Amino acid sequence: MLNIIWPIFIILSFSYAIFSGNLENLNNSIFESTKDAINLCISLLGTICLWNGIMQVASKTTILQKLTRILKPVIRFLFPEIQGNSIVYQEIAMNMVANILGLGNAATPLGLKAMKSMQKENSQKDTLTNSMATFIILNTASIQLIPTTVIAIRSSLGSEEPTSIVFPVWIATVCAAVAGIASTKLFIKFSKKGKL
Amino acid sequence: MSFVNFISSLAMPIIILWIVLYGLIEKTKVFDNFLEGAKEGLEIVLSIFPTLVGLFVAIGALRASGIINMIINIITPFLNIIQFPSEIMPLAMLRPISGSASIAVATDIMKNYGVDSTLGIIASVIMGSTETTLYTIAIYTACVKIKKTRFVLASSLIADIVGILVSVIVCRILS
Repeated sequence: MLNIIWPIFIILSFSYAIFSGNLENLNNSIFESTKDAINLCISLLGTICLWNGIMQVASKTTILQKLTRILKPVIRFLFPEIQGNSIVYQEIAMNMVANILGLGNAATPLGLKAMKSMQKENSQKDTLTNSMATFIILNTASIQLIPTTVIAIRSSLGSEEPTSIVFPVWIATVCAAVAGIASTKLFIKFSKKGKL
Repeated sequence: MSFVNFISSLAMPIIILWIVLYGLIEKTKVFDNFLEGAKEGLEIVLSIFPTLVGLFVAIGALRASGIINMIINIITPFLNIIQFPSEIMPLAMLRPISGSASIAVATDIMKNYGVDSTLGIIASVIMGSTETTLYTIAIYTACVKIKKTRFVLASSLIADIVGILVSVIVCRILS
């Protein structure tokens, strides 16, 4: 995917900047962007190590089995192909819980761990499996109970009702998630692996 | 409001406390296990770092070159036909590709038009109900070295478009 998108982004923006005489902005942004990537990685490094560690502690207890049992019907519907692999089930369950609770910092490390476990079962190592694709879509849908970041921004800007958006956010998120999952299921049905 | 804040600030400490207590009750080696997992975290960050550098440079260039503004100028007439507020368009375009840029644009909309105005609320709902799609796909595939992502981008963009349109419609109805 990025083999196509990345060059398009570069060609479009670099040539547009050259023609519109916007070169100074472009040069600044190149150096700023590499710095941003490093800053993000440094902050990710801390949270990813922390949550991977916590997850490892949890995986040696019975917490995950209990949690997975509760979420099993949902996971079974979304990921019909990974039946029987209890580790993947547990990691997906933890990722879902972290997402729902709005713990983006925890959801990403847990999600990446689940991706690694699913990759072990993948027969074509360079191509996403149906389950991995569904899992990524689920994570791009941002299903959370309380959208904490936006509420924080709103109250910092002096909103009279910072939390008034919670209900509309639920509606929009659920619609987006349903559209994402439905289109994923359709794509899976009408595509043979590796063709798209 | 303070109750919502209280609940959300409670979530993370409670989860960590719960897991550590459980580890102790079930007599596992809590700290050894923690270290084992944390080491694995290092590898994950190293594997996604090159992807992030490449992606950030491309997206930064896209914003700095001014090409996004040009595209918005071209499609504004079409947006007026479907009554999509053109003030929201920069946010709708940046949301899937850049988390920090979309926060900046959303904050800007809330400041300029009023945080509790219809536009301010639409911007908030879009931020709350969508995710930085491209970044999520990039790091989830980079960590397992996957090249062929099949339909994932198409599917997630469908989800984003539906999320953004529903945000606008819901806010219009409620306000």
